[in-house]
Amino acid sequence: MELEQLLAIGDRVVGWAEDGEQVEAVVAHAASSEIRAYDGDVEQLSSAETQGVGIRVVRDHRVGFAYAGTLDDDVLAETLAEARDNAGFGTADEYVGLAEPDGVAVADLDLFRASLVDVPTSRKVDLALALERAARAADSRISAVESADYADSISAAAVVTTTGIRAAARETGAYVSASVLAVDGDETQTGFGFSVGRHPDELDIDVASRDAAERATRMLGATKPSSDRLTVVFDPFVTAQFLGIIGSTLSAEAVLKGRSPFADRVGDEIGSVFITFVDDPTNPDAFSATQTDAEGLATRRNALITNGVLQGFLHNTYTARRLGTVSTGSAVRGGFKSTPSAGARALALTPGVQPQEEIVASIEHGILVQSVQGLHSGVNPVSGDFSTGAEGLCIENGTVGAPLREFTIASTLQRMLQDIVAVGNDVEWLPMRAAGLTIAVGDVTVSGS
Amino acid sequence: MLDSSVIQRVLGTALRTGGDFAEIFVEDRRSSSARLDDGRVEELSSGRDRGAGIRVVVGDTTGYAHTADLSEAGLRAAADAAAAAARGAAEGERTIAMTRVDAPRPNEIAIAPEDIEKAAKVALLARADEAARAEGAAIKQVTARVADSRRRILVANNDGMLSEDDQVKTLFAVQCVAVGDTGMQTGYESVGHTIGWELFDRLDVEEHARKVARQALTKLQARPAPSGTMPVVIGSGGGGVLFHEACGHGLEADAIAKGASVFKGRKGTQVASPLVTLVDDGTMAEEWGCYAVDDEGTPAQRNVLIEDGVLTDYMYDFLRARKEGRARSGNGRRESYQHLPMVRMTNTYVLAGESDPDDIVASTERGVFVKALGGGSVNTATGDFVFGMTEAYLIENGEITAPLREGNLIGNGPQVLSLIDAVGNDFAMGPPGMCGKDGQGVPVGDGVPTLRVTALTIGGTAA
Repeated sequence: MELEQLLAIGDRVVGWAEDGEQVEAVVAHAASSEIRAYDGDVEQLSSAETQGVGIRVVRDHRVGFAYAGTLDDDVLAETLAEARDNAGFGTADEYVGLAEPDGVAVADLDLFRASLVDVPTSRKVDLALALERAARAADSRISAVESADYADSISAAAVVTTTGIRAAARETGAYVSASVLAVDGDETQTGFGFSVGRHPDELDIDVASRDAAERATRMLGATKPSSDRLTVVFDPFVTAQFLGIIGSTLSAEAVLKGRSPFADRVGDEIGSVFITFVDDPTNPDAFSATQTDAEGLATRRNALITNGVLQGFLHNTYTARRLGTVSTGSAVRGGFKSTPSAGARALALTPGVQPQEEIVASIEHGILVQSVQGLHSGVNPVSGDFSTGAEGLCIENGTVGAPLREFTIASTLQRMLQDIVAVGNDVEWLPMRAAGLTIAVGDVTVSGS
Repeated sequence: MLDSSVIQRVLGTALRTGGDFAEIFVEDRRSSSARLDDGRVEELSSGRDRGAGIRVVVGDTTGYAHTADLSEAGLRAAADAAAAAARGAAEGERTIAMTRVDAPRPNEIAIAPEDIEKAAKVALLARADEAARAEGAAIKQVTARVADSRRRILVANNDGMLSEDDQVKTLFAVQCVAVGDTGMQTGYESVGHTIGWELFDRLDVEEHARKVARQALTKLQARPAPSGTMPVVIGSGGGGVLFHEACGHGLEADAIAKGASVFKGRKGTQVASPLVTLVDDGTMAEEWGCYAVDDEGTPAQRNVLIEDGVLTDYMYDFLRARKEGRARSGNGRRESYQHLPMVRMTNTYVLAGESDPDDIVASTERGVFVKALGGGSVNTATGDFVFGMTEAYLIENGEITAPLREGNLIGNGPQVLSLIDAVGNDFAMGPPGMCGKDGQGVPVGDGVPTLRVTALTIGGTAA
């Protein structure tokens, strides 16, 4: 669907606004394909289009919301009526209201590869099959490829409001991912690898298959470590997950509602001097880059932590009004079926100068953590408690050694930020809200036998 | 939801280019939710999602297409797309005679969500907010949420099976933040059932909110959890996630078939302590994971997976059961019409044992008592799994003492199962859960009596 069509639908909905009310329509459309290869053939092939509308109505400082999974005209009218009715039940709040144009120029990001729509299914199938073959062949200890997937999407969304917002953007994305099993005698280990881009031509099958094989095979022979307290080094993928959690504590919504451990720390040193941390959705290298936020305002580069000192938080229109500031273009939502909150889109830590090997070389006794398990169950971003399952390799006298598994690492988010002793130069733009790179964190408790 | 003749024509179109199996899944879901945060009802939200997914299988290849266009033309276009995806050889039209499956609903619904005034839904939230804040001055923030959904499905396939279901779920959740000298702490608990608004005839909303507030207040006194391996007593009700992760996922037939489960090839062998009998039961009335038929049209079943510690069965979806020439188990589920079904759990629980739960604690010299678990995750190929503890206490000399800060516990499934040395007589089901697998979330229940694992690794920070 063309952007003009989505905007036209938004215009229509907003045109039905009654006196004294504000209306916002988010109109979305996406086309996607997913292919899973297994055992040399296509196991699953799905393709479909999804579309929908999410409507907010503000009346008398109360907001109501409704959504529908189609863009049929009669459904649009029904959905608006439902949102209007829902608005009668919210608490009247003087700060509630839709975004208004703020004069910040929208970045011109090239996130759309027009030729993706012409890529034949056969080419996508070939990529999935090639990935499976490469993963299987990557190492003699690889016993099976549990999944070899190709997926892509062409997505577009428009935000139109009665307050003058009228923005639309589209993007394409593609990725391949493999999950492999490595076997040695009775022991099985797993590893994953992937490659992301905006078009299948940008995908690297070799990297995806090699990473999967390496991650799986280097865990063979893993044992459970003894409990200890030491320095851990995070692989980029692990760091990205950790940074995503830190980013969530810097949402103005968390601050406003008394759920951020950093609420009144602006100007304080909350991290080690190595930490310079920004959220910049205008960076086209970021897979999660976007030129407008979920309320239709221009995204922008927001400095969060500079040399360890907290600079500020990420705002949407509501949090900004409540806290007497302006939106930082950080409205986010989980698709057209949800209302906007405030959060990060494309976090990044300023890289250091050392490659991972050099950081490892400086550590006498530690662990290189290759993956973590249970972030959603062992991390509490309000209390700051951080405790996750982990697997990785031991570090002794600056060298990576035997693999380790079935242990946890624990600390608190507040302490970890202060205890970051090294930041690597190996930035990886991952399909997540944060870029990854190697970091070393001191004084982490390892729980094992 | 759809005319029989339309179904037949759509399935016929799906099989026009050949194929062993064709299925149409139609879903109409209406949901509504209201949230109170920071003393304000933020907004009432509601939505409707309606569409169909057509699946065609040729040999080992599955083609899938979904659409929100439920007209016959729209459905046949999706059927064509799915057929093309499965790349069958041309074979011609087929006619299929449909037979309606009669599967009993696990329970009736007394009060449908659409019959409740919106004002009533919202009024509950203020009651929870007031009750939680009154529990202690240290309670600085309360979030309350009420949600309901009605999901109607129709499934038909070329075996002639036609099934329908009408699933109503109602959920209530409260979170509290308490602030003290040690920083901030949270309490959280949800209650949810596959029933309508009658949930609130039985639930004391204020007491639920007070309980959550007390959780947060207690944790203000929490000390860092121990770090290391020691006995763990899991409290009844809240601890079922342990089994969901330790063996539940590992007993799903797709992981088994791909060689990605430590339970492969172990049917008939001892995989757990003889005190453990594990069941997955989609027929359990009112529980979060129950239904009349699964998302492939198969009636729900009660399946014993482990009996007295011996592995008796895996869980299957339609295609995998057919491939292995065995009976279906009613575990084929999908998040929505936009997703392909796969093997999923329903309500997974361990049967009550004989021990007195107080004796289990009293006979533990030093360890941790986990009263409420958060989520978890597992690597089915290695068997390593984690789960979080959201309310836990130290056990010292057989007594429950200091509250502990949150953290993850880690163990290896088969090993942990064999280290269960006491199972209590106090079975209870836990709060509603959302199980994530391969990018799809489905509602699940779990339950457990008080039990003890003689060794589990606690991911705390206290040496």
